[in-house]
Amino acid sequence: MTQYLILIYERESGYAEGGPEVWEAAGKAHGRFAEQVGEKGGQMLGGNALQPTSTATTIRDDIVTDGPFTETKEALGGYYLIEARDLDHALEIAKLCPAPFGGVEVRPIMDMSGSAG
Amino acid sequence: MTGDGPEAADPEVSAAVADAHRREWAFVLAATARVARDIDVAEECVQDAYVAALDAWSRQGVPRNPGAWLTTAARRRALDVQRRDRTLRRKLPLLIEPGSGAVTPSAPADAPPMAGPAAGCEDDVIPDDRLRLVFTCCHPALAREAQVALTLRLVCGLATAEIARAFLVPEPTMAARVTRAKKKITAARIPYRVPGPAELPDRLDAVLTVIHLLYTTGHTAPAGPELVRAELVERAIGLARMLRELMPDEREARGLLALLLLTDARRATRSAGDGRLLLLEEQDRSRWDRAAIAEGTGLVTGALRGRAGPPGRFLLQAAIAAVHAEAPSYADTDWPQLLRLYDELLRAWPTPVVALNRAVAHAMADGPEAGLADIDAIERDGRLAGYRYLPAARADLLRRLGRDQDAAEAYRTALGLTENAAERAFLAGRIAEVSGASPDVE
Repeated sequence: MTQYLILIYERESGYAEGGPEVWEAAGKAHGRFAEQVGEKGGQMLGGNALQPTSTATTIRDDIVTDGPFTETKEALGGYYLIEARDLDHALEIAKLCPAPFGGVEVRPIMDMSGSAG
Repeated sequence: MTGDGPEAADPEVSAAVADAHRREWAFVLAATARVARDIDVAEECVQDAYVAALDAWSRQGVPRNPGAWLTTAARRRALDVQRRDRTLRRKLPLLIEPGSGAVTPSAPADAPPMAGPAAGCEDDVIPDDRLRLVFTCCHPALAREAQVALTLRLVCGLATAEIARAFLVPEPTMAARVTRAKKKITAARIPYRVPGPAELPDRLDAVLTVIHLLYTTGHTAPAGPELVRAELVERAIGLARMLRELMPDEREARGLLALLLLTDARRATRSAGDGRLLLLEEQDRSRWDRAAIAEGTGLVTGALRGRAGPPGRFLLQAAIAAVHAEAPSYADTDWPQLLRLYDELLRAWPTPVVALNRAVAHAMADGPEAGLADIDAIERDGRLAGYRYLPAARADLLRRLGRDQDAAEAYRTALGLTENAAERAFLAGRIAEVSGASPDVE
């Protein structure tokens, strides 16, 4: 089994403008996704939603600035850490991850238990 | 050579090793990768096995089944490497089947059993893992250019320098590309397997696309003096043949092989003695390769017959190529039939390039005005901006309509978009032709 991080990138305006129904629907969808990971034979190790990028602070070369690291239309809004057999399995799971205003990126976690890699 | 060093390789043995490299590389590497659990290690072991073969075959003679001999040798080396480097097992578990021993034969039931290996491990059935190798190289998590490079490197066994030359990139660039792709296979744990039925259509399409891209790169080099890079063309046809053999029920695989055979049947007639590009219209049809056409047409006919569902884009393109191949002349081509096939292709594969080819067929079936109207629409769509065949097709229709001045302008636009020497010469010739007919253009 390998660990993968599913990074959820979405247009924040989708939620800001969507109103409470959109939030409620997203909450339900993510609740369902958390169950589906196990049903698909993977394991959910953790995950969180992030506050919007308007709350972000960036530090680069010791200089503190307001805002996210990079200004993009679709911002990192949350993540899940899962365990899956291989990339195909991780992608099969990640396809179920709700991201109605964007998409997700799947990244393998670097295994630091061995030596060089 | 003198007798004191290691025996000089007998030319016959060298030829046998070279032949085995060409024919068996994919089989040997694929079978070794399963044992080695790592593609780099597998590649090294297979390379070592080929070097060892040169010496061993000189002394013992060429084995009856060179592929099996090489596989056995490479797999033994892979097992040795593994015993030496135990950390490898923890670090790189991806290529091993869960629960299977290192050399457990697990050939699919329908795989043809190999003839017994020539030396050692006689009772091992070596599984044919070439499909796993191909699908791993063409995994959608890899960029297209990485898929292409890996396929040439791992499935065809081409050296990085050769691949770099074929794609006109510096060797270090190509080496970095291959290394990055291999690292991703390991780090992201791209599985070494043939996808299941649900994913198969998409995944197979990626494999077919890579092979087709290899062919077209060889067939019309994007730049440089040589129109045909025979090596790439041959490799692509070899891969298509392999895929058709390994997936006999996939009619798109059949379609791709047919398409390549039918296109390649015209290879010798695509350029004149002086290197000038010859259009389909000008080609000497008596010099087309009739055997390749017969094989390609047979594949198309077989694949189109008695199967459910609409045919896919490779089979439809092959059907189009077959109609051209069977026509006695350009004028006597069955254009209405071609237009119907292009309509079907456009439904299966709605891209502006297909629309452009359809416009050409439309012009032949119903007159240049009809085609020109289609091309206007494609230009408005904008996705083909910068595509050299769009102004070239427009120019050709304008020329047929006698609108020489407009034609010359369109030919010049096309000329500005191509670096291929043969195509440039062709376009320059056309400009001279339409300009000569109406001197006021100058």
